Order: sequence, then structure tokens, then C-alpha cells
Amino acid sequence: MGQDSNAYTLGPMQAGPVCCDPQPLIQVDDFSLRYGAKPALANVTLDIYRGCITALIGPSGCGKTSFLSSINRLTDLIPDCRIAGRIRIDGSDIHDPARNVQALRRQIGMVFQKPTPFPLSIHRNIELPLHEHGITRRADTRAIIEQVLEDVGLWDEVHDRLDASALSLSGGQQQRLCIARALALSPQILLMDEPCSALDPIASGVVEDLISRLRGRYTIVIVTHNLAQARRIANYAAFFWVKGHAGRLVEFGHCRQIFESPVHELTAAYVNGARG
Amino acid sequence: MSETVSVKLIHAHRDRFAQLTICFVAFLVCAAFVWIVSDLVRGGWAHLSWDFLVDSPRDAGRAGGIGPILVSTALILLIALMAALPLGWMTAALLAEYVSASGGFGYAVRYSLQVLAGVPSIVFGLFGNAFFSIYLGMGFSILSGGLTLACMLLPILVSTAESGLRAVPDAYRLSAAALGMSRATTLFRLLLPAAAPALAAGLLLGIGRAMAETAALLFTSGYVDRMPGSLLDSGRSLAIHIFDLSMNVSGGDAPAHASALVLIVALLLINMVAMWFTIGWQRRRIVSE
Repeated sequence: MGQDSNAYTLGPMQAGPVCCDPQPLIQVDDFSLRYGAKPALANVTLDIYRGCITALIGPSGCGKTSFLSSINRLTDLIPDCRIAGRIRIDGSDIHDPARNVQALRRQIGMVFQKPTPFPLSIHRNIELPLHEHGITRRADTRAIIEQVLEDVGLWDEVHDRLDASALSLSGGQQQRLCIARALALSPQILLMDEPCSALDPIASGVVEDLISRLRGRYTIVIVTHNLAQARRIANYAAFFWVKGHAGRLVEFGHCRQIFESPVHELTAAYVNGARG
Repeated sequence: MSETVSVKLIHAHRDRFAQLTICFVAFLVCAAFVWIVSDLVRGGWAHLSWDFLVDSPRDAGRAGGIGPILVSTALILLIALMAALPLGWMTAALLAEYVSASGGFGYAVRYSLQVLAGVPSIVFGLFGNAFFSIYLGMGFSILSGGLTLACMLLPILVSTAESGLRAVPDAYRLSAAALGMSRATTLFRLLLPAAAPALAAGLLLGIGRAMAETAALLFTSGYVDRMPGSLLDSGRSLAIHIFDLSMNVSGGDAPAHASALVLIVALLLINMVAMWFTIGWQRRRIVSE
């Protein structure tokens, strides 16, 4: 794995550097995406900064999730999905034919809207992807599993029943297990697609706190419909809107700027609840 | 006023009539089953004993037992499953995971399987005789009978396994891909285990079908009722034994009834296990949704 020196390794959770000096990690240039003849995203250009939380906001169907799953090339799995433009991570094009997609996805964790634990034991849920990426020594996998479960605050709740089915956990615990599973591969980037929207308010609060704690160590891109949440946790916000049948990036900036002094009138209308 | 009352009465009578008809039809179905089983028990129970299960048939099956026949049946079944399971499950994995649902190749494979599922078993028997027994030189043997049965089982195994794999939520595939897992790992470590109850249910249905089969084995595994020495020996299956006793052996009714009773009890047991698996599978799917 060619991880650079800025990649954070596993260890006790500590706050990373604050992102006062934004360095772009993901650079998106004039990126467009369509499903068959139906355009989903048009001409998106933005930089996502290392160690920061970037929230993608906007109404349903404006291409936020398509954008998110373009970053780890999960859109490759959709037949008829065509892309144009360029996405670079650490300067290298993710669509480079020589690029190993499995290695790319190892570098980029993803958490979905509905918790998606595999129908296996809690332990096996994390162990399976580790084995796939060549981490097979028992001592190593045990250490990693304990560490990531600690990181997501699940260790105390499940350490005595690691062999129980992951499906026996509550919704919030399942979502934290999925985050732990992603963290186990020590990714640089975490993509989150409305990770709290299927959870009750208390579980949602726990997951939200967890995401805040991950800031600095990981570069996080999060799709959310909960504007208050975006405002609480994100450093940057990108506002998407549908124009001419395709999702477009309307405005990108510091979270506070987007919410308090938006430049674009659509953004103002959306964040104030007048449109969307 | 009185008009509405009479309309209500007519409705009540109609409801009652429909209810009675449905009950009667359901009763007929049960009665057919009870009749068959009670007939077999009446005709065969006295003949049934431990010795009957282990002894060799004597006097063309009028006396003795069905020991070698049970062994041949088990061997034929074993061969059929060993050939059909890998083929069937791999085909199902191909159809469910690797080819597009509307693509030409998937369509061709699925269409062939549908045709195969509709072919009468006697045609399978003739094909098995021509291909395995004569062309490949296996003669009348357990091997050629088992392979012929394998061809018959393929459609059942493929369709149950394919629908089992399709029932596995797509979220698992997406999550696995997002974790950088290869398609092969996803299939073998995640999707097939998740579909295991469906695979098991299909397997048991297939066993039931194979054990009940007569026509496909007539020209392939043959009639010989001795204990088979090897897979290239001819061996008589239980269903053929029953057919032979009742059609060709005068005075063979009692052992025929007893053999049929053994077969029916075995099939019932297998069906119960299959049902148990299917119910457990559905419950698991509800839990995991």
C-alpha cells in the first residue's frame, strides 16, 4: 500500500491537526456523470480538504449520492453509468486504467444510509475485509478489531459477545459497527451517505459525536439532509441543486459562510428552509 | 326493509356455500393422501421389519428384503448429487451474479434450463441410455443412472439457488465492494453462506425428486437386485423395485407395499427437513431486513 506520510495509522483516538491550512486531498475537475441517457451530475469542480469534514447538502435527487460513490468508484458497479472529467486523490487520477480499484476502495471507507452489517458475527464482520486485504495474523486482526471497536465506542458494549450475530445489535450499534469495519482498513477518506437518517435521535446523536471525533484523522465527506447536523459537524459545505435535469454544484465554502452568508440566492433559500 | 334482509340472507347462504365447497375440496386432497398411506400401511406393515430393510431379495423379491436396493438407491443418489451440485450451484452463481438479467447469454442458459425442466423423465432415461450407457460405454450401471438423474436435477438446483442468491440484499454486495472485497470473495464468503438455507432447501427438493424417479433409471441403472460391487455394476433403485414387484412379479404385492412405505416415509422425512429449512430461512430474512 503506497500510503503517504500524512495517512493516520490506527492508535488511540486523538484529535488530528485542525484544518486551518487547507490542503486539497480530493480534487474534482469538471466531473459529470450520467446513467444511460439520463444525466445525474454536470460539471462539478471542487477541492475536498485533508482532515476536514465536508458536508454535501441539497434536495433529494440532486446527485449527492452519485457524487459520493464516484469517489470510490462504486458507480462502476452500475451498468450504463458513464463519467466525464477527472477526480484525483493525492494528485493521482482514480480512473487511471492502471489503478487497482480494490486498493482504492481500501483507502476510502464508505458508510451507507441503512446500516449494512453482514449476516455474520460481529467479529467476522471486521475480520472478513481484513483477511481480504492480507491481514491474516490472528494477533493483528484481534488488535485491530479491539482498536476500531474502541474507536467507535462499541467495545464496552459488545466485547463479551463478539461471536453474536451482528444483526442482533440495535440500529445505532450496527451503524457504528459499519464505521468500525471501514476504519479497520485504515482508510484515508471516509464517505458517509446520510449515516444518521435511519437511526433514532439518540443513536443519531451518538453517531454524530463519533463523526466529529474522527475529524482530523480522516478526511470525511458526508451527505446529509439534516442541515442542523451539517452545521454542527462540518468544516466545509457543498450545496448541490438540480439545473437542466442534472445535479450541479451551486456553492462551496466554509460551513459557516454557506449557512450565514451564502453568495447564491438558491443556497440562501435552501439553508433558510424556503426552498428544497 | 324486508328486501335488505333477504339480500343479506342470500349473501349469508352464498358465503356458507363457498366455505363448505372449499372445505370439501381441501378434505378431498387430504383424503387422497390418507388413502394412499393407509393402503400402503395395510398392505405392507406386516411385511416390514429390520430384516426386511437389510436382507437381500429372494424369489424375485417375493421374499427377503430390500438391503441391496437401499444401497443402490443411496449410491445413485450420491452420484447424482456429486455431479449436479457443483454444476447447478455454479450455474446459479453465474446467472445471479455475473451475467446481466436481461442479457442474451443469461437468457439462453435460463431458457435451456426451462426446457430441461419440462422434459419428461422417460426422455431423460432414453438420453441417458444412448449417451452414458452406450456412447460413453458405462453400460447399465449405477454411474450412468446417477449421471442421468443429475441432468434431471439441474433445473431444480439452479432455480432454487439462483432465487436464493437474488434474495440476498444488494446492500451486502455494495458494502463488500466498498470494502475493496473481490467478487469471488463476496460470492463465496458472503453471498453463498447468506443463501445457504435456500441452497439446502433446493438440495432436499432435488433428493426427493431423485428418490422418486423411476423412468429415467429404467434404461440406465437397470434392474439387477444384487448388492452392487462397484459403481459400474447395475443397481436397482427403490422406485424401480416397486415398479417391478407390482408389474412383473405375481405375489409381489406385500413387499411392493412395504417398499413403497419405506420410500414414502423417507420422502416425508426429507420434505419435513426441507420445509424446516425454508421456514428458518424466511424467518432469518425477516430478521435481517
